[in-house]
Amino acid sequence: MISAKLFILQRLTALIMAPLVLGHLALMIYAVQGGLSASEILGRTQGSVFWAIFYALFVFAVAIHAAIGVRTVLFEWLKIRGSVLELLSWSLGLALLVMGLYSVYAVTA
Amino acid sequence: MNTITVQVSRGSEKHSEFQTFEVPEQENQTVLDLVTYIQEYIDPTLSYRFACRVGMCGSCGMMVNGEPRWTCRTHVKKVLGSSKTIEVGPLKNLPVIKDLVVDMDTFFDKWIAVGGVHHPSKNRHQSIEKISELSAERMSANEAVECINCGVCYASCDVVSANSDYFGPAALNRAWSLVNDVKTKNKDSILEAVSGNAGCHNCHSQQNCSNYCPNELNPSASIASLKRTVFASKINNLFGNSK
Repeated sequence: MISAKLFILQRLTALIMAPLVLGHLALMIYAVQGGLSASEILGRTQGSVFWAIFYALFVFAVAIHAAIGVRTVLFEWLKIRGSVLELLSWSLGLALLVMGLYSVYAVTA
Repeated sequence: MNTITVQVSRGSEKHSEFQTFEVPEQENQTVLDLVTYIQEYIDPTLSYRFACRVGMCGSCGMMVNGEPRWTCRTHVKKVLGSSKTIEVGPLKNLPVIKDLVVDMDTFFDKWIAVGGVHHPSKNRHQSIEKISELSAERMSANEAVECINCGVCYASCDVVSANSDYFGPAALNRAWSLVNDVKTKNKDSILEAVSGNAGCHNCHSQQNCSNYCPNELNPSASIASLKRTVFASKINNLFGNSK
């Protein structure tokens, strides 16, 4: 139950996420060198327009990509159909988006 | 005389159970031979379907030990384990009419739904299109064209099991062969038909279809090609590039 539109959206968000995941992994490895502390992380991210854009873009891509993927699982495995399926997948996407953007705001503002 | 124990699914969509028959073992024997022996010599009420017996017509598809196969070309030796037992059932993912006979209506309806009928680009007064055997399109069409509509891929497809609306490998493979046919008019209508909710984008590329296709076609590759073609055409449309 996935149309060309959702399929393309999921592939495009995957394209966006691929370099972002690599950047995120590299950052994590870099960040834990010599211990991990909140002040060190916030020191890097607070006020940084680059990291705000980097992670906001990441959050948008994740919210769209994950919602479409979980939608397929709900449809095929749990046999959820119709408006319930739309409601659940939109809710998941919006929840990921709101929580993600809130976190990005919290560490970069 | 050695015998083979054959467990045959009996009944209808509502209720079915396995019935056990003992069939004499022979040096050369196909699974269809076993079923035919049962019907001719043990129980004439057994219903099954076959026609050509040589792998041309695609009507004898059945589940053999849980796997979809063309039974006329499946030798007993190939599927008989040490237990000397073979389980034969109707093809999966299609409604059972009786015993081993399934209703193929949805299977063929989906062929039509993907635009699988011929879309002529010329009328009878025009000369026939000359097609080079070596053109890339023709070679792509060749790879998909030898389908005998046996339904084995359809029965093997887990996406069809999960989503009964999904067109399935055979119909989409047919659509891809038509997209590559220079004689096909209005290819966009086929691409549109395969892009809907029941279309090619549902495929998870598990490749059961390609694994089980008795004619060794690769419907999975055809579906992947459809996805790529639809993707490119949608992106082109998005940026206003007409073809």
